[in-house]
This record gives sequence, structure tokens and C-alpha cells, in this order.
Amino acid sequence: MDIFYPLQLFSDWITFEIFNIEAGQRLGASVNFFVYAFLKIIFLILAVNYLMAIVRHYLPIERLRDFLASRKWYGADYFFAAVFGAITPFCSCSSIPLFVGFLGAGIPLGVTLSFLIVSPLVNQVAVVLFAGLFGWKIAILYVLSAVSLGMAGGFILSKFKLEKYVADYVWKIKNRQVEAENQKISFNKLQKKFWDEGFAMTQKITPYVLIGIAVGAGIHGFVPAGFFEKYITAENLFAVPIAAIAAVPMYANAVGVIPIMQSLVEKGIPLGTAMAFMMAVVGLSLPEALILKRAMKLKLLVYFFGVTTIDIIIIGYLFNAFI
Amino acid sequence: MKNRNTQIQVLGSGCPTCEKLFQLTKQAVGELDLKVEVEYVNDIQKIVEMGVMSVPALAINGKPVISGLLPDIEKIKEIIKELS
Repeated sequence: MDIFYPLQLFSDWITFEIFNIEAGQRLGASVNFFVYAFLKIIFLILAVNYLMAIVRHYLPIERLRDFLASRKWYGADYFFAAVFGAITPFCSCSSIPLFVGFLGAGIPLGVTLSFLIVSPLVNQVAVVLFAGLFGWKIAILYVLSAVSLGMAGGFILSKFKLEKYVADYVWKIKNRQVEAENQKISFNKLQKKFWDEGFAMTQKITPYVLIGIAVGAGIHGFVPAGFFEKYITAENLFAVPIAAIAAVPMYANAVGVIPIMQSLVEKGIPLGTAMAFMMAVVGLSLPEALILKRAMKLKLLVYFFGVTTIDIIIIGYLFNAFI
Repeated sequence: MKNRNTQIQVLGSGCPTCEKLFQLTKQAVGELDLKVEVEYVNDIQKIVEMGVMSVPALAINGKPVISGLLPDIEKIKEIIKELS
């Protein structure tokens, strides 16, 4: 049985008893979907944010940097960087100090770029949303493809020998080794810290989830089933590249985009096309480019965006072909 | 106030969250009645040299104490009181 069944009962009760909307109406479908999806997602996000607060406490980004810089990894570092990019929480404002800090510590450029590609694409909340709206199979496939995308992207970029297109000051920085202090904190205090952080994170993203689900719910109730099939089919080879490229100027975080994407898929947009769109909205954005411009010369920036866009298009095709 | 020479810095890359931490920290210092200037550092080179890789970050006397998240004002006050 679905463990979220009680939530469905509760949503039915709110929609049909409290709001008194007749079953079978478009408005009812929208409201019901909204209440159910919202409760379920907030519940999952709260749980996962609590877990991530624990992870962040034991695995701060500085430790990861020291780990990657500690020895030669012969390629395994692409894998580590991509995986860590997926599990560390990311804010686009951190992309610059992170990029500079990694390079300053002697981590290769390609490996650093792998981290930067994956980081905005996968975060705990995005995974929960995928699982909650599309099921675990799609969520896992999504994470796997994003991690492979990051590894492949970073590896390909490393072959272009782009080091000279990193802003000159970056190479002059002497990284101060900051030993992560291991304070002894009592178990109870730690629990409180994790809970406080998890709750604060959930609070911060709730408005985005709300907007995303509201738009998704609107599409769910008001757009006729199969509406998009007339225009966008999996056979249309141009759909994926157009979706990816059209998304670059747009910027939103994964949290807001995924519920909308789910509703679009439900109404007939092929999953791979929707996913290419979502990945490009989240992973490639003009604001991020402007931030990165402070440490990358134009050519590196163009290569970085170019290779990532091509990778995203390939993932879109693969999902359309096999899922 | 024990130490008049406490140095409080907010490190950020100019994003809205970093700006928010700067405002909160200034407010916290005001509420604690400290006579300390809060400095906003957005020079990437400086930030990285301080060993910080996730912003916004709060540094007291040159030592990063919070990085990569926006705490609430009570938490900031607590930290400043403890370390200044």
C-alpha cells in the first residue's frame, strides 16, 4: 500500500468536504492535486533536509576539497567530484569561491567543472521531488544521468586544455589550509542543530515549492490530456535541442521547475524533452554565467556552457528513446 | 564589551542571500550595542585565501565561523557574543 494514502484521504476530504467542490470538476482536480502534492512533498523535504544537515556537518566542502587534492586519482576524481556535487547543497552564489578554491588547491580544471555541472542539477530536494512526482525509478535514473553528464562533461572539457582561459589571478592564490575544527558538541546539541538547520532550509524553499505545485496543479486540472502531443512528439528530433536551448536564458531552481515539468509530462510532453528543458533551466543560466565570468575568460565559459548543453540534449534523446 | 578590536566580516559574492547576512549581522551588532564596523568582503581572492568556499560566510577576527548558510539573527548574536 502507498504510505501516502492517508494524505490522499486528507486531500480528498479538504477538496470535496471543506471546499465543497464537486468531484469530477476541473477545479476539484486542481485543488485535490495541489493539496496532496504539497503535503507529500513538504513532508519528504523536511525529512531529507534533516538528513542533509547531518551530512553537511560530517562532510563539509572543505574536507572534500582536501580529499580531492590529497593525491593523484587517475580519473576516479571525476567520479568523486560528480557524486559530491550531487550530495552537497549548492547555491549559485557559491559557485565562484568554489571554483577558485578547488583550482587553488590543485584540483584539475576538468574535475572542478564536473562538480560545477552536477551541483545545481542534483540536490536533495530535487531528488525528493522526482521521487514524489515521478516515482523512484525515474528519480534514480535522473541522478545517474546527471552524475554521468557531469563526469563526461568535465572529462571532455579537460581535453580542450582550457587552463589558460581561467582568470589569471586564480592561479596566484595561495590556499590557506584551514583545518576543520572538530569541536566536541553534545549529542543533544547536535540533534537540535540538525533539526534547526533542516527546518530553516525547508522554510526557505517552501514558497518555491508552493508556486511550482500551484502552476503544476493548474496544468493538471485545466489543460486537456494529450494537449501537447499535437505539437511535441518524441519523434520530432528538433524538440529536445529547442527545449534545451530555449531554457538557457531562463533561470529557476529545480524545486520550482520539477512540479511544472511533471504536469507537462502528464499532458503528453515526452519525458526526455521535458527533462532536457528542466536540466537546462536549472543547470545553465545567464545569472550563473555572469557570476562565473569573474573567474573564467569568455572562451572557457562558452566551452563550459556548450559542452554541457550538448550533454543535456543527449540525455534528453536517451530518455525519449528508452524510458 | 570585552574587546573593542573585534573584527567582523561578512563574505559574499554579491548574491541576495549574502546581502541578507550582511544586513542581519549589522542588525545583530546594533542590537548587542557593539561599537564594531561590519565589513562586507566580496573580493573572491580574499575569500578563498581565508579558506572559505561556500558563501555567505561570517568571519570573526579573520576566522570563518559560519559558511554556506544563512542563520537567523539570534544565532548570529550568540556567535558574536561568544567570540568577541
